[in-house]
Amino acid sequence: MAPTESIAPGFQAGDAVMVRIAYPIGHVRTPHYIRGKPGVVERFCGIYGNPEELAYARSGQPRQPLYRVRFIQREVWPAYDGNPSDTVDVEIFQNWLEAR
Amino acid sequence: MSDTTPAPFRGHHDMGGEPADAVERAEHDYALWEKRVDAMLVLLSKKGRMTVDELRRNIEGLGPDAYDKMTYYERWIYSVAQSLIQRGEISIDELGRKISEVQGRDHGAD
Amino acid sequence: MTDHHDHHHDDDGSTPHRHPRRPDLDDTLTYFRAMEVAVRELLIEKGILTADEVRRAVEDMDRRGPAQGARVVARAWADAGYKELLLADGGAACVAIGIDRGPYKLVVVENTDKVHNVVVCTLCSCYPRWLLGLPPDWYKSRNYRSRMVNEPRAVLSEFGTRIADDVIVRVHDSTADMRYLVLPRRPAGTEAWSEDQLAELVTRDAMVGVAFANDPSPKAGK
Repeated sequence: MAPTESIAPGFQAGDAVMVRIAYPIGHVRTPHYIRGKPGVVERFCGIYGNPEELAYARSGQPRQPLYRVRFIQREVWPAYDGNPSDTVDVEIFQNWLEAR
Repeated sequence: MSDTTPAPFRGHHDMGGEPADAVERAEHDYALWEKRVDAMLVLLSKKGRMTVDELRRNIEGLGPDAYDKMTYYERWIYSVAQSLIQRGEISIDELGRKISEVQGRDHGAD
Repeated sequence: MTDHHDHHHDDDGSTPHRHPRRPDLDDTLTYFRAMEVAVRELLIEKGILTADEVRRAVEDMDRRGPAQGARVVARAWADAGYKELLLADGGAACVAIGIDRGPYKLVVVENTDKVHNVVVCTLCSCYPRWLLGLPPDWYKSRNYRSRMVNEPRAVLSEFGTRIADDVIVRVHDSTADMRYLVLPRRPAGTEAWSEDQLAELVTRDAMVGVAFANDPSPKAGK
């Protein structure tokens, strides 16, 4: 059976999500600082080749839904010193997100 | 898992939130060789000979010491070469011979 | 664009200007430059690239600078309908004024009196090159990439850009397939200005979010 080419989007703007806690080696585009943090999907960006696979000259399939996820800075950095509403928006692929 | 659990692996390039110093705002004009490196990456990716993902992964594989000591486009040309070797577009033997040949030439102005 | 000349030239003008192979203070500089020549020549020999393609690609990048981005911003300031399009579909808005869509999806984030946006790529150096040209060294530096995401207000202050405490700062980490342009606030007193005049106020730094657009009022200090 042929492998799935694309994963269907499982989230939409407004969804509460958590970034998975995992520390593989290899080419990962989910920054270390955001793993395990809670956020809200700001928008669905589209479906793209998986960079973790493309980095090894593979097909990048199954293609992954990508989201901009918004995080409250004070929830990301314990010592954050700014407006309590300050945010950091990060593009995260679906394979790194869980519903919360 | 608590926030203080140390993570087992963080790539040196994955530096968001790491301690660092004041940003130095000096800029340099790009040298021709740097622009050519950039041009080669753009062309190779347009032609499907390598991807920007391979470029990034091979830069990330340099290790902290080389990553910090090399300049931006030095990392790029290293990574372009590495990617082409991995893809079989050039061989290590060819690359080594050609670099030696180039170094042995008398350099005219760029 | 020009190499630094660390050595002395004979100034009698009798010899053509040539650089002999000079002993380098740092061998790695010669090594990687030689690698660039070697890779390029191998690719040309193998028919993967032509010298002409490389030259044209360099020229194409040379032509790109913040002027493209500034046109987009100026149009958005002058035309509310265009601004709406820009915020909804950045690529379509580029095409609408004759700029190429670019290889990535463009997300435009608007600065207001309540929100200030700033862009960083913590993992490498992703940047909207087709609108702004090549990124400056500081954008790609360890210090910017490390600190803009967790100390944005401090880093902005280092750029001379003070954000009021009651304004929300939004940092955008360009980690994947989106590219970002900040739509800076339109300076006061420019209501009657033409788009060309407005575009001149829009700096690269304002479109990255580390500065405001230039303020033309006589009271504005530097």
